[in-house]
Amino acid sequence: MTPTESTDVVVIGSGFGGSIPAYRLAAGGARVVILERGPWLTGADFDHDLKFGSASTRVFEFTMGDGMNVLGGNCVGGGSVVYFAAMPRAPRFTFERQGLLGRPLWPRSVTRDVLDPWYDMVAESLPITRSEWEDVTYSGGLFAAACAHAGRTANPVPTAVDPARCTNCNWMMSGCRFDAKRSLLLNYIPAAVSHGARVRPLHEVQHIAPTGDGGYRVHYNTVDEVDYRVVTGTGTIDARIVIVAAGAAATPVILQRSQEALGGIPEAVGRHFSGNGERLNTAVIDEAKARDVLGLDRGDGVAYEGYQVGKGPVCASWDRLDPDLPEFSRHSLEQLYFPPGFGTILAQVRDATGPSWFGVEKKEMLRRWRSWLTIFIMSEDGNEGVFGPPPETGNADRIAQQMLSRGALRYRPSEQTRAGWARADADIRDILERDGLARVMPWTDEVIGAYTVHPLASCRIGDDPATSALDDRHELRGHPGIFVTDGSAVPAGLTVNPAFTIAALAERAVPGIVQAALDRGVPVRYVDAPPRSAPEPRPTTPAVA
Amino acid sequence: MLDVAVELTPIELMTLEAYADTIIPGERRGAGDLAVAGAADGGGAVASGAVDLMVSVEGGLAGMLDTLVTGLNDHAVEYAGRAGVRLEPGVPPFVALPFPHRTALVQALTAAGHPEQDLWVSLAMFSVMAWDTGAAEHTVDALAAGHPGLIQMGFARPDPDGLWRFPDFSYRRALATPHPHTAATGDPA
Repeated sequence: MTPTESTDVVVIGSGFGGSIPAYRLAAGGARVVILERGPWLTGADFDHDLKFGSASTRVFEFTMGDGMNVLGGNCVGGGSVVYFAAMPRAPRFTFERQGLLGRPLWPRSVTRDVLDPWYDMVAESLPITRSEWEDVTYSGGLFAAACAHAGRTANPVPTAVDPARCTNCNWMMSGCRFDAKRSLLLNYIPAAVSHGARVRPLHEVQHIAPTGDGGYRVHYNTVDEVDYRVVTGTGTIDARIVIVAAGAAATPVILQRSQEALGGIPEAVGRHFSGNGERLNTAVIDEAKARDVLGLDRGDGVAYEGYQVGKGPVCASWDRLDPDLPEFSRHSLEQLYFPPGFGTILAQVRDATGPSWFGVEKKEMLRRWRSWLTIFIMSEDGNEGVFGPPPETGNADRIAQQMLSRGALRYRPSEQTRAGWARADADIRDILERDGLARVMPWTDEVIGAYTVHPLASCRIGDDPATSALDDRHELRGHPGIFVTDGSAVPAGLTVNPAFTIAALAERAVPGIVQAALDRGVPVRYVDAPPRSAPEPRPTTPAVA
Repeated sequence: MLDVAVELTPIELMTLEAYADTIIPGERRGAGDLAVAGAADGGGAVASGAVDLMVSVEGGLAGMLDTLVTGLNDHAVEYAGRAGVRLEPGVPPFVALPFPHRTALVQALTAAGHPEQDLWVSLAMFSVMAWDTGAAEHTVDALAAGHPGLIQMGFARPDPDGLWRFPDFSYRRALATPHPHTAATGDPA
């Protein structure tokens, strides 16, 4: 145990929700410490390798739950390092959703119009660019052509990818070797560091306690850089402001574990979790049909065989993002690449005579992997997730050295959520099975239950204290000075990739956090300048308190 | 290769190989190969290093493999009794099951609602990952050595520097009409 140190602001987690306020508060003059449970990797560390122990297992956490499994980041930069950088704004109607609660899920003060200037700020900072058809990969192009064939529209998706640097290697999910993906490692984080923020990797926060003078003491463990199960030390930091942004699968767990020390937490902490209504379908494309029906040719007589090529999702169907459709029947469909391993095990054989997800027929399906096309559904779920009691440390019990853990999240999809998935599955079949173009099946939900790469809403903003742990300024009800700015705060599924909205909400929260800091005697001002977009070398040795 | 956390007995090795082979089946390694049932041509999970992942320090499963093997063989005995399958003595019961029966048993063990589903799904995950990621080795090395799974999937070869690049990646033409309400930024309205 090292002596308690003191700072103005402690930020827990370094993804979008953490790094954005960290930069702005540091730029405004506050002393900021960022505690990140994962390692700090940059450019060359992002090896193209599927071996256990490579970046592909170091930067992830796959937390298995009871009926819901969450794949998230576990590194400096958080979700921005592992995401596919698809950055659409949330459609206007999502801000009017009522879900299963039967009352507005979003605070009245947040609408698309309100959020648009904050979206603009993020778009300038990362930056995000509108994609053109020339940027759309074979798999995106195939999906677009299939949509057109079905009488549907399809859009290139705005992304935070620099097309001039991108090699279309499709390894981006375990970090970008070429610095083409504009993760937070290239903008907000180096800018925060240049303004004096200190980033501490391998620091896993356990709980928060009041100090008695209006501030908070943050308790953390340090963990081994290879075996994250091994605790190498403990420590504490006192701060006037605490920003919890550990991700929607961890933020509520830290607060739950803090319940006794804080003298209670809002009822809604760890409830109303949303998996963003996510679900995947995998199609196996008939190459001859892709050529004859869709007229596709890569220039060498091959119609497609392009699953491995590209940069994640680049093309989406937004036809069902229709404000006139009733809730639970709206969704977007996005073409997606998922690397082998996670991206194959749950895929099912269409009309299998034996087991659908393993065995002889599955092997035959895997042999056609180059002709796969994965379609990502983002729909309107019913916020059915609830976190059980927290584990001893961290957000989950770690099983493997890296990447694999078991947590306390329980999720039972409602009839409405299931019906929404079924409608989206049917929508995909309608597009892709026309004229024998492909054979499509949803991933099985019988093996591990539902899954998400975009956990949301486990510590929501809202107007109703009974169902939202945070007020519309992202402050934890009853605990002034504690803010939550990550995906936990997003009130509900968005029907699109949420990173841009999480980031915009974090930007929107910063002026309120600055005011709270001022009220607590921290000399800080609000700075609206974009971060410099240049990589900053990381320290050669992780700074340990 | 990965660090080995546990040495397996011959019975444990055969049983785990038979389980992996049920998940991603492969061709027999020789005439006397009992663990691999030969239900598919080309190398399967066993030839792709499934057991290397299971026994690895990194994987986290090694400590429970002895329990899993005992459990699997107990389940096989029970299954054989129910299904009227005669098990050849001297062979681990799961290995003694003909391939269709191995498959039926694994389907039951991994089905929703089975009390041990988590364990058998985890073991299955390692079997799949061995075949389609070759996670016991660096991917570059696995491909160079002709890794059965990666090769059969058609996983592309890297550039000479061990990194992947696809300069030809796009049809480079508009293939659909964008949604009429697309915002000027390219976003949904």
